[in-house]
Amino acid sequence: MTTTTFPTPHVPAVGSSPSGGRLYWAIADMLTVTKRNLIGYTRVPEAIFFSSVQPIMFVLLFRYVFGGAIPTPGYHYVQFLLPGIFVQTVAFGSIGTSIGLAEDLHKGLIERFRALPMSRWAVLAGRTTADLCRNLFVMALMTAVGYAVGFRIGTNVGEYLFGIVLLLLFAYALSWGFAFIGLSAPNSETAQLMSFPLLFPLTFASSAFVPLQSMPGWLQAFAEHQPVTILVNAARDLMSGAPKPDLVFPPFTTVVSTGQTSSTVFWAVVWSLGILAVLAPVSVRRYRRRAL
Amino acid sequence: MTLAIQLEDLHKTFGHTVRALDGVSFGVEPGTIFGLLGPNGAGKTTAVRILTTVLQPDNGVARVLGHDVTAEPDLVRTLIGLAGQFAAVDENLTGAENLWMVGRLNHMAKAQLKERSSSLLEQFGLTDAANRPTKTYSGGMRRRLDVAASLVAHPRVLFLDEPTTGLDPASRADVWTMIEGLVAEGTTVLLTTQYLEEADRLAEHLVVINHGKVIAAGTPATLKANMGVTVLDLGLDDERTALRAAEALKTVNEKAPVVYGRTVEVNVNDGPRIVTEALRILEAEGIAPTTLALREPSLDDVFLSLTGHRAEAELAEGVENPPSPAGRRQRNRRARS
Repeated sequence: MTTTTFPTPHVPAVGSSPSGGRLYWAIADMLTVTKRNLIGYTRVPEAIFFSSVQPIMFVLLFRYVFGGAIPTPGYHYVQFLLPGIFVQTVAFGSIGTSIGLAEDLHKGLIERFRALPMSRWAVLAGRTTADLCRNLFVMALMTAVGYAVGFRIGTNVGEYLFGIVLLLLFAYALSWGFAFIGLSAPNSETAQLMSFPLLFPLTFASSAFVPLQSMPGWLQAFAEHQPVTILVNAARDLMSGAPKPDLVFPPFTTVVSTGQTSSTVFWAVVWSLGILAVLAPVSVRRYRRRAL
Repeated sequence: MTLAIQLEDLHKTFGHTVRALDGVSFGVEPGTIFGLLGPNGAGKTTAVRILTTVLQPDNGVARVLGHDVTAEPDLVRTLIGLAGQFAAVDENLTGAENLWMVGRLNHMAKAQLKERSSSLLEQFGLTDAANRPTKTYSGGMRRRLDVAASLVAHPRVLFLDEPTTGLDPASRADVWTMIEGLVAEGTTVLLTTQYLEEADRLAEHLVVINHGKVIAAGTPATLKANMGVTVLDLGLDDERTALRAAEALKTVNEKAPVVYGRTVEVNVNDGPRIVTEALRILEAEGIAPTTLALREPSLDDVFLSLTGHRAEAELAEGVENPPSPAGRRQRNRRARS
């Protein structure tokens, strides 16, 4: 406080910064926010640990408790189940995006960000990218858990990894959608509660845990065409491989997957990109306009 | 000379009915401290949010250093600093990391940012705590870090929304010294407050707003001159007695006494003389006050004097018991709806 000189104003506007243009700064801002969120994860390792417990419980529950009662023509149940659990895990993980943003909002950080000369996309892009990194870690963990309970890659490592990439893409798209919930909820607890009614029907009324043929007709009609089923089928084709006809027993006379990998993967990519293209701009608009 | 801040007939309505700002106009000279006073829900925060491009006004013009905040928001954001109503720090990050984040998002060069960050941490007495996550900070430390973050990019106009609410007296004095130092360096500061004392100490000019309208403007001295210098509070047995006492005391001062509940309040210019006189009158009437206090006017008294009624009951609550951010947010909601 001893100086009386007039401070040099710092004037780089968005798009006219000393080095680089608008795109450069948009990416730099996104990376700054991503790094900030990743540092946050390292400061609360308990959160990552306990958020991994639930999917592991699901694996154990379905593998050893319910699994024996669920016939899955064309697959051993563990081969049928694991790709489904993977999709469920990353889908539920996107709730983290809504919780994180609801907390930022509640703590006044969104207000601060909106008054900074940063890219309007950066707060959401940084959050979803950090959550993508977390999902990458979670998928590595789930792969290990899968191996421990008897799951084996039915295709090859390349296809398996492609399956992981597909899941991460889907999760990334969902994160952008759940950002909207985080920015709309009054607080983080409510953000979490608002997310469940969306995710429950999508993950359980899907081909993740049971063959669609075991559901009543009206439910099958929904389950067959919703994105989680499409992702699960693609992941199953890429990770567990085509169904084996010699594993078909009554009451089913046909296998539960057509085994047409290229087609299921195509539609899984279309769904993921579609969700991203529609929901990302909607969430950014919400970020910019939300009354605080 | 271009005004640092200029509002012209600004309107903002939430929902369809809640008029947060109902035609507010004022101007702030560069290099001065300007106080925006009002109770919770008066519209202070809304005005700050519009000026800092966080909210869009419905109508009217807001300019910062001559730039329209709705037409050139990106430019305005490079000129301002904001320390909002909540100490907006990321509690998982350390103090130094918080400043790094805000500096990078202000597009500062890394070397320049590093230097600026350590000098701010030093200036705000946070050097020792710089590498601790801010969740371990006290309320006062968080607030200081929050203000430091708003200063990282050398803003020419600084907005401080209730910078001392919830701080203990020592921290409050620190923040005041810091604000005075900034203005000495040429920064323009707009601060909102519920405390007349704070505005009195810092602001050269101030406006008082209530229900989204400017109800008074001027220097702290002119505002206080509009009312009695001291306030005499008399507590009585019941409301009926209070009304009788007020009637009897009509003659002691130019301004009529005001009754609320069992208390009579008299704005007085010459305290000791009037206390004696008031007690003599009351004795003659056979009224014995249960309590008697002579005190400096509060913001509440300014409101009473300006509007003829008390400011919302929330005001006293906010002063006595600084609530949690969550509680404040909810209360603000209630005040708006």
